[in-house]
Amino acid sequence: MYPRSTRRASVPRRKWEGFAVCGIVGLHLSDPSLEPDLGRLLTPMLTAMTSRGPDSAGVAVYTAPVPAGRLRFSLRTTQAGFDWTALAVHLRESPLGPVEINDWGNCATLVGAGDAPAMIAALHAFAPDLAVVGYGRALEVFKDVGTPAQICERHGIGSVQGYQAVGHTRMATESAVTTEHSHPFAPAADLCLVHNGSFSNHATLRRRLEDLGVRCETDNDSEVAARFVAHHLDQGDDLGDALRRVLKDFDGFYTLLVSTRDEFAVVRDPFACKPLVVAETAGYVAVASEYHALAGLPGIDSARVFEPMPEEVHVWSR
Amino acid sequence: MVTLSCTQSSVREINRALRSQPPGAHVTIVEPRGAHNLAVGLRSDLHITVEGNAGYYLGGLSEGIDVTVNGSVGWGVAENLMAGVVRVNGNASEAAAASAHGGTVIVSGDASLRAGISLKGGTLVVAGDVGNVCAFMAQAGTILVGGNAGEALGDSLYETVIYVHGTVRGLGADARIEELTEADVKVVSELVEQSGFDHIDPQEVTRVASARQLYNFDALKSQRY
Repeated sequence: MYPRSTRRASVPRRKWEGFAVCGIVGLHLSDPSLEPDLGRLLTPMLTAMTSRGPDSAGVAVYTAPVPAGRLRFSLRTTQAGFDWTALAVHLRESPLGPVEINDWGNCATLVGAGDAPAMIAALHAFAPDLAVVGYGRALEVFKDVGTPAQICERHGIGSVQGYQAVGHTRMATESAVTTEHSHPFAPAADLCLVHNGSFSNHATLRRRLEDLGVRCETDNDSEVAARFVAHHLDQGDDLGDALRRVLKDFDGFYTLLVSTRDEFAVVRDPFACKPLVVAETAGYVAVASEYHALAGLPGIDSARVFEPMPEEVHVWSR
Repeated sequence: MVTLSCTQSSVREINRALRSQPPGAHVTIVEPRGAHNLAVGLRSDLHITVEGNAGYYLGGLSEGIDVTVNGSVGWGVAENLMAGVVRVNGNASEAAAASAHGGTVIVSGDASLRAGISLKGGTLVVAGDVGNVCAFMAQAGTILVGGNAGEALGDSLYETVIYVHGTVRGLGADARIEELTEADVKVVSELVEQSGFDHIDPQEVTRVASARQLYNFDALKSQRY
């Protein structure tokens, strides 16, 4: 899908080989009174991880779900001055029917018919470069290149409300610094995955997924894990089972944070090569690559703080 | 008594202020908020107290300091310590006391994976459990574990000796359990006294040391090369 030139554009990635650093943060709220503050709590967590990932960042937030039968699509275009109104008019006159679009320049959310494959095909037919960076009833995805602080400001993350959020700061080691290659990867409804590390057998697993009819859009290793998890959830696994399959099939270094509409889960590779700290309170579960990203959260001093051990799958549900 | 706060000063400013203290000074660092690299590379007999959780490499590369952390620490506490004491009244994350040449690192809680990796002569005392691959390729020095040890304890061990008060889930390559001697009991007794971890009975620890079968590469061992 992406032009060859985009795939080959690259930071001097060998420099960082064996030093795959990215930052992961996440918040899963159980106290509804914290929901108006989701973005305000998440922004300093993400910017604290700038040292682990200065070249691109992404955020996924879970907000009040749209009605059953509808889906919210997070869109991004590289065209300056993209005509979102024309897109809305085009879709209204198509069999997909009316949509509501909220845009801020090159990004937008679109709420429309709940037939995801048909909507994604219609969006690509209207504008081939229009990327669907995530979709679902509750999920909204923002991803961009630049420092985490720049990205939070550009997308107004600080004022976002919701019940769950995931963020990632990327220091690319494995593929190009582009929005397509930045995390989170959100290949199925309300599913979102962020990864710190690198997989060594992702090409093999990508081919195996292709044989099952699952196609990746980029050459990024983390996308393979996201589509692998999506495929197994689709086949009936619960999130914990899908992550135990990751432990069995994927080789490499990884800390993964995976979320669905109701669940929030982490797993680390057999050697726990990549860090992760979890803080649990009555009001929230917060995770971050390093503790200092959690240090400003309310009630952190009385939280249960721990590091998941290798190969442990932790799942929290709402 | 000098007090420094991580909310008011950067790590570099704090380390610079520590370096400018007269010998024997007492300094308290408050609100560490998980900051990395606190009290690193110091060469004096400073007494430093950290009130709260610190980040990576606390006290690393230092020679002669006496640090107490009232909280937990991140990866690589006292990495490459040369001399002095680093005491953690909490848990230590991965690679505690990695490559420490000298000094003593005392952890009152648990230490995570790879504690004492590549130890080069320092001493590590952990009151609780240690994670997998403790003392990986450790070359010299002593490790005392007051709780249980995880998998692959002492993998590819050189001359470091490990004492475990609890259970050993698994030994690494070339690590073996050896008979406890009177000299061992004396070493452990001294460490118990220094750390105050008196739940450890020096007569009841397991000694783990190298079988020294990996010291030399034997090209004729298998003719398949």
